[in-house]
Amino acid sequence: MTTPAPNPAPATSRRPQVTLSSARRRPRKLHTVERPRRSPLLTGLTGLVLVYSLVPLLWLFINATKTQEGLFDSFGLWFHGDVAIWDNIVDTLTYDDGIFTRWLVNTLIYVLLGAGGATFLAVLGGYALATFDFPGKRAVFAIVIGAVAVPGTALAVPTFLMFSEVGLTNTPWAVIIPSLISPFGLYLMWVFSSEAIPSELLEAARVDGSGEFSTFFRVSLPLLAPGIVTVLLFTMVATWNNYFLPLIMLRNPDWYPLTLGLNAWNSQASTAGGEAIFNLVITGSLLTIVPLIVAFLLLQRYWQSGLAAGSVKQ
Amino acid sequence: MTTLSYTSGTRDTPAVPAGRRARRRQWTGWGFMGPFMAVFTLVFLAPIAYSIYLSLFRDQMVGGTTFVGLENYERAFSDSQFWSALGRVSLFLAVQVPIMLFIALLVALAIDSGRLYGKSFFRITIFLPYAVPAVVATLMWGFMYGTRFGLVGNINDALGVALPNPLSPDLILASIGNIVTWEFVGYNMLIFYAALRVIPHELYEAAEIDGASQFRVITAIKLPAIRGALVIATIFSIIGSFQLFNEPSILQSLAPNAITTYFTPNLYAFSLSFSGQQHNYAATVAIIMGLITMVIAYLVQIRGMRKAV
Repeated sequence: MTTPAPNPAPATSRRPQVTLSSARRRPRKLHTVERPRRSPLLTGLTGLVLVYSLVPLLWLFINATKTQEGLFDSFGLWFHGDVAIWDNIVDTLTYDDGIFTRWLVNTLIYVLLGAGGATFLAVLGGYALATFDFPGKRAVFAIVIGAVAVPGTALAVPTFLMFSEVGLTNTPWAVIIPSLISPFGLYLMWVFSSEAIPSELLEAARVDGSGEFSTFFRVSLPLLAPGIVTVLLFTMVATWNNYFLPLIMLRNPDWYPLTLGLNAWNSQASTAGGEAIFNLVITGSLLTIVPLIVAFLLLQRYWQSGLAAGSVKQ
Repeated sequence: MTTLSYTSGTRDTPAVPAGRRARRRQWTGWGFMGPFMAVFTLVFLAPIAYSIYLSLFRDQMVGGTTFVGLENYERAFSDSQFWSALGRVSLFLAVQVPIMLFIALLVALAIDSGRLYGKSFFRITIFLPYAVPAVVATLMWGFMYGTRFGLVGNINDALGVALPNPLSPDLILASIGNIVTWEFVGYNMLIFYAALRVIPHELYEAAEIDGASQFRVITAIKLPAIRGALVIATIFSIIGSFQLFNEPSILQSLAPNAITTYFTPNLYAFSLSFSGQQHNYAATVAIIMGLITMVIAYLVQIRGMRKAV
């Protein structure tokens, strides 16, 4: 690394400056490598994938405006005469003594503690891997990378049995504790920390007599913000969308997250004597996805830069 | 380029030789690493060890738990339900994963080419399904597949035809493949796109001067440059396919006849454990699947890296 041999990583990160200066020097062409001609054909073809991605969401939204009867006697991709979305929302929130609200609160608790905790642990761990040399570091790295390849199945059943030995099953902890580990988050924070935190800065803080933990909170944490937002978003999606783990761990509907609750509502129609509530399943589904979609849209600047950092290292 | 601003920020300072990065060998690092590793040991390492232990025993009504060595593994190798489940996810892997990754790659290349109108709208919208829980995605598609108030029913009524039922035993695997593709195309697209963004544009300019066609630029510059991302996405997809559970499990209530209790290995292990109380055998099935997944992921990685040399 001390030789001045060309190194791909710095070359890519220096690119913005290079392209800027070269653009300034060269006379402006209308269509360049940087700004090629727009293609309606390519836009149209890619548009097919766009339509594919949007149609189910559109279907969900349109059908959340229908009554249960309306679902059966109107075309799926257009509105039924009377719009019942408000009634549906109220019914969803109040059905069965407002159990949906309870599931929503449970989900929020799982996300807050599970995703929040997972992000916290991943940030600390990734920072440690990037900035410290400690005994056993290589072993830690090998074990975590190896464990990523282990399928969730191999873990779920024994985790359930272990938790049931200590009486943790059917409590919120059974869902929260396994959510605390995100190997992908650790990897992302490791890559991000080694890119975003110059070792001179840490050295300077040490010379100033700052303790490692206070350096971390005062100096490093602000620099890690985009990476933290990225990991937080992805762990949030993972916990918000979790189905397998709560399915195994929880029996009591009072502890269900939204995903498990919606599935229970849907299965209700096929059980003997169960009331079919498809309009509530559909409206509940819509209410379940809105917060995450809003979070992704609002925070896109952060998670896209975080993801870009992750892919640089690959 | 907002995405790279922080990197250029750190690189503005003269590059510090890696060997001089002052890293004192010290235990302080464990203060940061410790909490992760403690929980990791509890929820990853301990269950793996416990399931290996479980797989070596048998729990009987009479006689309690006895050590049986590798008997559970022998049973799995002659278990036709396990093989049928494994065959089904292998077929799924061989068909769905290439289609999904190919579409994701095409979209990433199209967005990266800069030739689209409104490219950030494309990027965000195609990614959105990733934020939709598997439960909601499966319910939505399941309803749309339905012949009662779904789109398939609508089309049948409108055109007076009888389309094949997507929820029938013959088509259910393809229908699940479509749901999984819908969920993850955008995610994979974003991985590829992020890797494409960091290719130095000087290469494209050089290629243009040499008169290389767009197709040639893609095969000679872009694809080799993002090989790492392709390998990672393939490995994630392989792991995902072998773990297939949520979609078939949720579709069970909409298509009870099409999805058996041993539809996928994961579903099989789940049924064995929670309906059949055969925890030891379920652990064995899970371990075998874990080993198969690791071997295949490892082979893909070796192959991906060998091409790189």
